[in-house]
Amino acid sequence: MTKLSKAFENKKAFIAFLTAGDPDLATTEKLIFEMVNNGVDLIEIGIPFSDPIAEGTVIQEADIRSLASGTTTEKIFDLVEKIRPRIDIPLVFMTYCNVVFGYGTEKFMQRCSQIGIDGIIIPDVPYEEKQELQPYTQKYGIELVSLVAPTSHDRIKNIAGDAEGFLYVVSSLGVTGVRSEIKTDIGELVSLAKSVSDIPCAVGFGISTPEQAADMCRKADGVIVGSAIVRIIAKYGKDSVQYVGEYIKSMADACHSISI
Amino acid sequence: MSKGRFGIHGGQYIPETLMNAVNDLETAYHYYQNDEDFNQELTALFQEYTGRPSLLYYAEKMTKDLGGAKIYLKREDLNHTGSHKINNALGQALLAKKMGKTRLIAETGAGQHGVATATVAALMGMECEIFMGEVDCERQALNVYRMELLGAKVHPVKSGTKTLKDAVNETFREWVSRIDDTHYVLGSVMGPHPFPTIVRDFQSVISREIKSQILEKEGRLPDVVLACVGGGSNAIGAFYHFIDDKDVRLIGCEAAGLGVDNPQNAATMANGRLGIFHGMKSYFCQDEFGQIAPVYSISAGLDYPGIGPEHANLKDTNRAEYVPVTDEEAVNAFEYLSRTEGIIPAIESSHAVAHALKLAPEMSKNEIMVINISGRGDKDVAAIARYRGVDIHD
Repeated sequence: MTKLSKAFENKKAFIAFLTAGDPDLATTEKLIFEMVNNGVDLIEIGIPFSDPIAEGTVIQEADIRSLASGTTTEKIFDLVEKIRPRIDIPLVFMTYCNVVFGYGTEKFMQRCSQIGIDGIIIPDVPYEEKQELQPYTQKYGIELVSLVAPTSHDRIKNIAGDAEGFLYVVSSLGVTGVRSEIKTDIGELVSLAKSVSDIPCAVGFGISTPEQAADMCRKADGVIVGSAIVRIIAKYGKDSVQYVGEYIKSMADACHSISI
Repeated sequence: MSKGRFGIHGGQYIPETLMNAVNDLETAYHYYQNDEDFNQELTALFQEYTGRPSLLYYAEKMTKDLGGAKIYLKREDLNHTGSHKINNALGQALLAKKMGKTRLIAETGAGQHGVATATVAALMGMECEIFMGEVDCERQALNVYRMELLGAKVHPVKSGTKTLKDAVNETFREWVSRIDDTHYVLGSVMGPHPFPTIVRDFQSVISREIKSQILEKEGRLPDVVLACVGGGSNAIGAFYHFIDDKDVRLIGCEAAGLGVDNPQNAATMANGRLGIFHGMKSYFCQDEFGQIAPVYSISAGLDYPGIGPEHANLKDTNRAEYVPVTDEEAVNAFEYLSRTEGIIPAIESSHAVAHALKLAPEMSKNEIMVINISGRGDKDVAAIARYRGVDIHD
């Protein structure tokens, strides 16, 4: 049992993403507690980056709003440090390589470990470049989440074989964002990964409705939702807490209704 | 250490979705780079379509006026489409075609790479879509229309600083969403491996020609080679075959905008620090938290917050020098070369000319300088007029 796999214990996992500091860090704090209270199993806290190349418009704009409001990596560390003692579920950071490297990779991971961050997702560090991060994530006990994509083919076995925490299964080609339909054969991706590892597989990119979530939970161990949440935050800003809570509940219920 | 390294720089820092695409590209390139038919085809295109070899012109009036080094201009501005960008566009498009791709996408700053890619797509009967920052679309309206004339679809990029960096972001996003039939014709010696190597190889024709041309004219190698640097493709092209000739000084001229001490600049070597962005480890202008800086230069082609990994390594190993050149110095050089030699250089290339104006008088008359005129300045005339307060529009 790893720190992140706790989210998948005896249930399908619902994983929620939000961009820290969108619209401001005080709202982020309230949103995180609201998510926890409504049944989320793991939270991905996005540290905004000026140039997030794997993101669609919704999250790009959240990053811009956050940075414009004065959010920095340091302030996000401070927020997590403050709220961590009152949160039981695993927390991970999602950001881009230069945010980690610019802060100092070792210093970054050390700080993550001090404040109780359990894992990290860096979409622009593929399997071949893991050594950029892994010596430090391992030293400080931070689980480095790996991603597989519909184009990964023969790479899946290597990636899944060495994966930590959970495997992030990218549902579709393209960037993050809501999609009406997911065409990839998710079941096949998951079974390839499962053939080499018993690591939990969570599907992300494009999922927004409880029906999609339930469907994905039948094929995998959990789902990750980002843009659909960020869209609510974009619409309601500081007043988004209640709306996000309602949405999280509907999604978490849909995931948890699927038996393991 | 992973693949595609120049010292500590380079690598492949890209989303998993693209990894098989760059691996396939690498495999194809390794095969075709030594394939006789491929090389014959490319050489024929260089000669018959682009007009290579480009001239190495003795700038006699400039030489006499500055009173120092003997100055030669490598006339990449005379290439079809008006810049060195066609060298790489032809090479990559031919490679893409061999790989069975039917659609080309590319970023562009000043529009020169976009025009080159659109041209080659028209020639080879491929679909073409170009991503260009909205600010650059305004600065270089003529090139936007030119790309459309050539049958390309131009997408103005409205995110971030709306310039070259954002155009690169958006082209990567497009590539991630459509890989099967699409090749990303990256325009500079940047991005993930194998792009910095592929682009350098296709551009290295510049230094190969300079070397044989100068040996023929002067019987010896030049003392200094100057080129402007944004991402660094024309510079690496002009430097590459001289890297082992340690007596040849290699100088890259980067865009200092309003000055290296003014926030409005794009001088990566002067102000950047080590980072990981756009697929590579290299130097980038960034803040203390690794956020990429919003850079500025009058030249849309040099208005980029990073530099190719091979240049970063040439700097680390002190094999090449990198100097900042301001907007004002570049505009003066633009006007100087136009008046003195009757050659209107691109505002990008004018950065190299500007440094030559400082350096040549300090050199002796028996020394030789080569300036790479990477492109022609027709596209910049309206912008320079505006800079000088003359209200004409494209």
